[in-house]
Amino acid sequence: MFMLEKAMIGSRRYWGWLAFLLVLIALGGVCYLRQLRYGLIVTGLSRDVTWGLYIAQFTFFVGVAASAVMVVLPYYLHDVRQFQKITILGELLAVSSVTMCMLFILVDMGQPARVLNVLRYPTLHSLMFWDMVSLGGYLALNAVISVVMLSAERNGVPAPRWIKPVAILSIPWAVSIHTVTAFLYSGLPGRTFWLTAILAPRFLASAFASGPALLILLCLLLRRLTSFDAGQEAIRKLGVIVAYAMSISVFFVLLELFTVFYSRIPEEMEHFRFLFVGLEGQRHLVPWMWSSVAAASVALVLLLVPRLRERDTVLAAASVLVFVSLWIEKGLGLIVGGFVPSPLGSVTRYSPTAPEWTIVLGVWAIGALMITVFYKITVSVREVR
Amino acid sequence: MRDRVPIAIGLLLFVSMVTFPVWHAAYAKTTAVGPRLKLPERQKACVAPVAFMRASHMKLLTDWREGAVRSDRLTYTAYDGKKYRVNLSSTCLGECHTNKKEFCDRCHQYAAVSGPYCWDCHVDPTSVARRTP
Amino acid sequence: MKITRKEFLCIAGLAAAGAGAAKAVQTIGGADPAAPQASGAAKRWGMVIDFQKCRADRDCDDCLNACRAAHNVPDIPEREREVKWVWKERYEKVFPFQQTDYTRRAFEGHVLPILCNQCANPACVRVCPTAATWKREDGIVMMDWHRCIGCRYCMAACPYGSRSFNWSDPRPHIGKLTSEFPTRTKGVVEKCNFCEERLANGRVPACVEACRRKAIVFGDLNDEKSTVRQLLRARYSIQRTPELGTGPSVFYLI
Repeated sequence: MFMLEKAMIGSRRYWGWLAFLLVLIALGGVCYLRQLRYGLIVTGLSRDVTWGLYIAQFTFFVGVAASAVMVVLPYYLHDVRQFQKITILGELLAVSSVTMCMLFILVDMGQPARVLNVLRYPTLHSLMFWDMVSLGGYLALNAVISVVMLSAERNGVPAPRWIKPVAILSIPWAVSIHTVTAFLYSGLPGRTFWLTAILAPRFLASAFASGPALLILLCLLLRRLTSFDAGQEAIRKLGVIVAYAMSISVFFVLLELFTVFYSRIPEEMEHFRFLFVGLEGQRHLVPWMWSSVAAASVALVLLLVPRLRERDTVLAAASVLVFVSLWIEKGLGLIVGGFVPSPLGSVTRYSPTAPEWTIVLGVWAIGALMITVFYKITVSVREVR
Repeated sequence: MRDRVPIAIGLLLFVSMVTFPVWHAAYAKTTAVGPRLKLPERQKACVAPVAFMRASHMKLLTDWREGAVRSDRLTYTAYDGKKYRVNLSSTCLGECHTNKKEFCDRCHQYAAVSGPYCWDCHVDPTSVARRTP
Repeated sequence: MKITRKEFLCIAGLAAAGAGAAKAVQTIGGADPAAPQASGAAKRWGMVIDFQKCRADRDCDDCLNACRAAHNVPDIPEREREVKWVWKERYEKVFPFQQTDYTRRAFEGHVLPILCNQCANPACVRVCPTAATWKREDGIVMMDWHRCIGCRYCMAACPYGSRSFNWSDPRPHIGKLTSEFPTRTKGVVEKCNFCEERLANGRVPACVEACRRKAIVFGDLNDEKSTVRQLLRARYSIQRTPELGTGPSVFYLI
């Protein structure tokens, strides 16, 4: 079923990697059982910083999921043939990412057994309800598209005609998932750090940089490890996309900084101060944020000079830098920075605990496992052909 | 008949698994006799007939809960017209079932219903009395 | 007709999804049977706290202790994970934008009690994905601890820090347990409920009753003759960050 049999045949290296991931998942599972038993006290979260690593990871990976649109859109709307081989990779990456997002939400809940209350008592004025709708829909769309496309490819027949409108529908849907996720934050009256109309565009720009960066790395990895070659042209084009998106993303952050620091409204400035210079002696995020800035700067230089960008090793390095930079910016700074200082002006230290990191690692491993199996199936289907 | 041994082992495993409940019951000394409950001394009638309570007390408690918390329905008119205050701790436990251990818990144990987690939050008044003399 | 295994699975999956969708449509279309309904006349409960009276007794904890005892509020040793219903906070933190350099000098360090503002337009209610928190017709922002999934969205939305989460089981940290009010379980959010359980029995909130200087006055904001309205007419009062449009029901006389 779903060509899963193709994932059952593999080299020793393949199975070793899967076993490694399963060990990580098991470790995460053990820590999660601990959390279930003792409550979220096993995390570093507190009264003032109520969301941390889990929700930040959720936010980051919604971006990665949405970025599938960066290969789907050129292929379906602009007929960019080079992307033909990798649209499926983007869609499968989206499926894994959305699954990870849902797991991150689940592990963040205080009463996970009651999660279906969101469906039992649908509350239309809550953005969380709409986020669930959009994420669920996006998962379904991408799962259907990838299964149908891959089956057609395996059977050597053209894909059914109805799949094209579905694929086109997934384009605005991808934009919607990250917009609604930004709305989760940008509509809260007391959180000035998030209360900005540019949050959704910022989210999209950083998503369209980090997602394709990851896709470039995955394509290069596939070329090295398997017989599958995405094609030099496709990888180059992805590089251009990352270059544009990263520039726009950095530009948006600079816009934010101008508004905040030229207006000099204290409560607006304090969040950025906390992140970049520290507040009331709390400087633990400062090195992280400056690493993000450094990584972004170097990545921009590497990406914006065509001669550099066209070399695979440079592109790989730039992709790693983009991914790390945005992971810090969105997966750490954006959420924690919004909570500190609190509405009452208190500055609270948040440092994720070991169980918290292990649970996050477990969810990442689930995502990696899904990606591995999905890409294995894809590569096997193409090898046979 | 080279497979005699594996077949025999398989059969043995199958039979032992199928009859496991019997062995377990014998070991745990469970009987078919229902739990011996301690009925309330002060009150003779419940808010609903016994048969209904036995089968559907959880439904009634959920209705009470939703009504009291969300719709401000704080009194309950029973089938016989008598009015009760909707309150798990004060009415159910405080006025009738003053011995939760020998009523609620005993039956739940017998039926192996470990939940629900009502008592994670709601307080048994007699346990408080014992804690703070 | 012959159905392959794959087709069967597809059909079964579609049928299940269809049934789920039908249920969802039904739920959205139909009224929620547990939807909050009217509670009494069109009241709006409000509170007036006299800062002048309150700051005369800086070490007084009467209102805090009364609330703790009435609601099984745990005494969590870790400051970062405290559960707070009504608590004392420094003036400059409570009113960060309502002070000049000179009022700061005069009032800095003075503490006053703060609690859930029972907003007329509560952000927490707007964001809750399960309607586990909602506004009653008498203005009280209620919590249903049976329904809360512990997502803490309301805590992110509340601009007053009035909501607390149970990071672990609170029971071990409750000094003297009362059976008159439930405790909470780990994994749910809680906050001040304006003593709705006492109001239902015609009693004023525990903090109001406990205050030795009668610095806290409680009443119906919709009733022009009520004591709260008289006080608000006679004295100058402020609310916490009213510019956010939340419409707090707790007023401070300065």
